[in-house]
Amino acid sequence: MGNYLTAFIVGGVICIIGQLLFDLTPLTPGHILTGFTIGGGILGGLGLYDRLIDFAGAGALLPISSFGNSLAKGAMSEAARTGVIGVLTGMFELTSTGITAAIIFGFIMALCFKPKG
Amino acid sequence: MFGQLILNIYVSLGVPQQEAGNPTVATVIFIAASLTAAGVFDNIAQLAGAGIAVPVTGFANSVTSMAMEFRREGLVTGTGSKMFALAGSIIVFGVVTAFVVGLISALI
Amino acid sequence: MQTLTVERKIGKQSVLLEKDIMLLSSATVAGPKEGLGPLSADFDRICSDNIIKEKSFERAECHMLEEACYLALGKAKLTPEDIDLFIAGDLLNQVVTASFCARKLAIPFLGIYGACSTFAEGLSLGAMLIEGGFAKHILTGTSSHNCSAERQYRYPTEYGFQRPGYAQWTATGAGAVVLGSGGEGPRVESITTGKVVDTGIKDPLALGTAMAGAAADTIYNHFRDLDRNPSYYNIILTGDLGGVGKKLNEDILAAKGYDIQANYADCGVLLYYPHQKAGPGASGCASSALVFLGHFYRKMMAKELRKVLLVATGALHSPTTVLQQESIPCIAHAVSLEI
Repeated sequence: MGNYLTAFIVGGVICIIGQLLFDLTPLTPGHILTGFTIGGGILGGLGLYDRLIDFAGAGALLPISSFGNSLAKGAMSEAARTGVIGVLTGMFELTSTGITAAIIFGFIMALCFKPKG
Repeated sequence: MFGQLILNIYVSLGVPQQEAGNPTVATVIFIAASLTAAGVFDNIAQLAGAGIAVPVTGFANSVTSMAMEFRREGLVTGTGSKMFALAGSIIVFGVVTAFVVGLISALI
Repeated sequence: MQTLTVERKIGKQSVLLEKDIMLLSSATVAGPKEGLGPLSADFDRICSDNIIKEKSFERAECHMLEEACYLALGKAKLTPEDIDLFIAGDLLNQVVTASFCARKLAIPFLGIYGACSTFAEGLSLGAMLIEGGFAKHILTGTSSHNCSAERQYRYPTEYGFQRPGYAQWTATGAGAVVLGSGGEGPRVESITTGKVVDTGIKDPLALGTAMAGAAADTIYNHFRDLDRNPSYYNIILTGDLGGVGKKLNEDILAAKGYDIQANYADCGVLLYYPHQKAGPGASGCASSALVFLGHFYRKMMAKELRKVLLVATGALHSPTTVLQQESIPCIAHAVSLEI
């Protein structure tokens, strides 16, 4: 039960920050989500995002910031194994699920359904 | 505030699979894509705001909605080429950041 | 050689018409949301959904405009062959809705773009051409569609972004009018062509606020050119300023010495009920066309209103200029109608 609570709170806080940015700044959703991704990447580089995931589970995994974290982690771990070139080869290792799933499901939906406006 | 409500649902889905975050992400993406296809995602989003846009559901919705909308302009020239028009900057800047972070960690 | 003996131009940007140029007939085709609004009984046809069995939103919009045109022709007991010119415009890139409709009508065509002010622009040009003896019957119309506009100007229609409270709703529908002499209908009495006015607004969701400056400028110059007061008219209508823009327009004019509060309404505000969640009101070419041709035209024919000043407003930006951080220049055209 503790898992639910921490996930709820952490995820909620991240989203609230996002909502405040939507409402109080002229930034577009694209700007804000990109910012979160960059934030996740930097926190990932500092090793802090993984600690957040351990603490909050899905609450830290699902926001788009975790995408940035996964990209950074992928790059870093591969670089640790194979040297600097690993930054290029390892980047999409961990994020493959997200991107592939989005493309596949997006494509299927486009084939089967029409926008209703 | 509405973000808390939406996230609750995802939490109950995700937590049992905490060992494997990947199926969680894939499932959530599927749900978001389906809601987009059903035409209700935008209605929920009007209420939920960042609560549904900030998690990967927002990512899935932007990809799916672009894919669906531009199907009329062809599968290759519409769906295929426009799919990432909205989400592209997330990927671009995510990669750029990770590249810099990765380089720094590899060189220090 | 014939020389014109009467000077039509009056003041800085207005024209007085001598001949009796009437709106001989009018027709409106509305979308489903508009059909659920307070003016639903005034529309000739209400579409059951946004796509009416067409392959795309763009085709659906074109279908609506064609239908409005044929309905207007039918009511005037005219065929496309009787019409000298078709003047029309819409919101889509390259004004395709009007062009494709013109293809079907096969009438000599002048495509125009005034964004949401297109309806008044078409009426102005049509009336002036007939006055000058260049045509006897002119068909003019305009349309807009919420989905085709969203898709082009903003986001895909299923995208989940939270619309701010001040964002207006692009109306779905089409309106068409046959202009000519020798019939019954509101007469085009004078026209004030607007200048482009830019108040520096950059937010494409705050169009009402952006356009209020242009509306106020045109209305002000109309009163100055023709030496009239707001009380000359039974009602002054703006096209789609919405609740927010309407208030701003009133304030700007009040500061310039004209109080229009007593007899002023905005078509965008009138098109939807508050519970229909359209923000401060409707926008789009159809806003002015549907509300004026549907509702106010009928009132004028019933002689409940005798003098109406219609001021359609348009925002002349493009998705590109917005992304390039340019502000939004706007325009408003005024047409005075009497019966």
